[in-house]
Amino acid sequence: MNHAPVPIVEDGPPPAAHEAGEQHPIRVYLVVWGYLFVLSTMSYLVDYFHLQGTLRWTLIILFMLLKAGLIVSIFMHMAWERLALVYAILVPPLALGTLVLLMSIESGYTFWTRVLFLGGGG
Amino acid sequence: MDQRTTIVEAEAEPGGVPQSLRELAGDWGADQEVFRHVHWGKAMMWIFLLSDTFIFSSFLVSYMTMRSSVTAPWPNTAEVFGLDVGGVSVPLLLIAIMTFVLISSSGTMAMAVNFGYRRNRKATAALMVATALLGATFVSMQAFEWTKLIFTEGVRPWYNPMGAAQFGASFFMITGFHGLHVSIGVIMLLIVASKVLRGHYDRRGDYSAVEIAGLYWHFVDLVWVFIFAFFYLW
Repeated sequence: MNHAPVPIVEDGPPPAAHEAGEQHPIRVYLVVWGYLFVLSTMSYLVDYFHLQGTLRWTLIILFMLLKAGLIVSIFMHMAWERLALVYAILVPPLALGTLVLLMSIESGYTFWTRVLFLGGGG
Repeated sequence: MDQRTTIVEAEAEPGGVPQSLRELAGDWGADQEVFRHVHWGKAMMWIFLLSDTFIFSSFLVSYMTMRSSVTAPWPNTAEVFGLDVGGVSVPLLLIAIMTFVLISSSGTMAMAVNFGYRRNRKATAALMVATALLGATFVSMQAFEWTKLIFTEGVRPWYNPMGAAQFGASFFMITGFHGLHVSIGVIMLLIVASKVLRGHYDRRGDYSAVEIAGLYWHFVDLVWVFIFAFFYLW
């Protein structure tokens, strides 16, 4: 794996993530499992009680992000990884925000073109 | 000799930049090994998952674009995916059950990884098989959902009787691609589980394969979280 021209002196702490991974009590995963169940139930209830508008969208995104955070940080062990790995994986997806922004502008344009010039036909 | 050490140590003064940030700068700046102390398979799996993130995001963004640019009404997912229980239609029931099944499979997988690092062969294999079974249950329920939509409701990628024609294309692409991931994951889990049971990783003294398979499986669950929120609930 290492193509460095100079030999690397293995210094510092031993592999943090693997050692840490061995020592978590099973309880941590059961608790997170429980949280995920509760959050899923709550996002289901958002639909069940027909919440509408901004409240609906805020709650859906809130529960979604909480669930995603729990899965990535605890189940996928991101919370115990070195920062170099965390940033390499979690920063690039932020670029998707640009795509979302561009495409929402574009879809607004398409929508009004259809309404104004195509007689509202989809 | 090791530049990284120099950087990290030079700035290690009280009140300075936090240790983790100095390590980040050191790891990336040393031009030697960014993923220090990370199993190569794990680094590769993370990079694959990153690329997969972009693929699923492309599907979801194209779904967003289609949905916000159609003039025909979007089909009401709560009704489309509802189930009749004793004559009463419960909205999104099937999808809710599928969500719980997939979350449970993630829970058993996380425990399998933990038992793997404790060198508990039987518990690891049993939990991985349980994960695979839950995954297979998920795919079966999805197959049921597809059958219902195609044959009962008459949904096609280019047409459906409930509203905007783009609904079918989004639905089949997004859930189909996710279902494919789940199916591949089930196969991979069974292969790794059988290797665990045969003591393959004990002989090598390295249980990383279980954790790497776990990463993939949790990612599949993660993607479902986003599909559930954006496609089914929105």
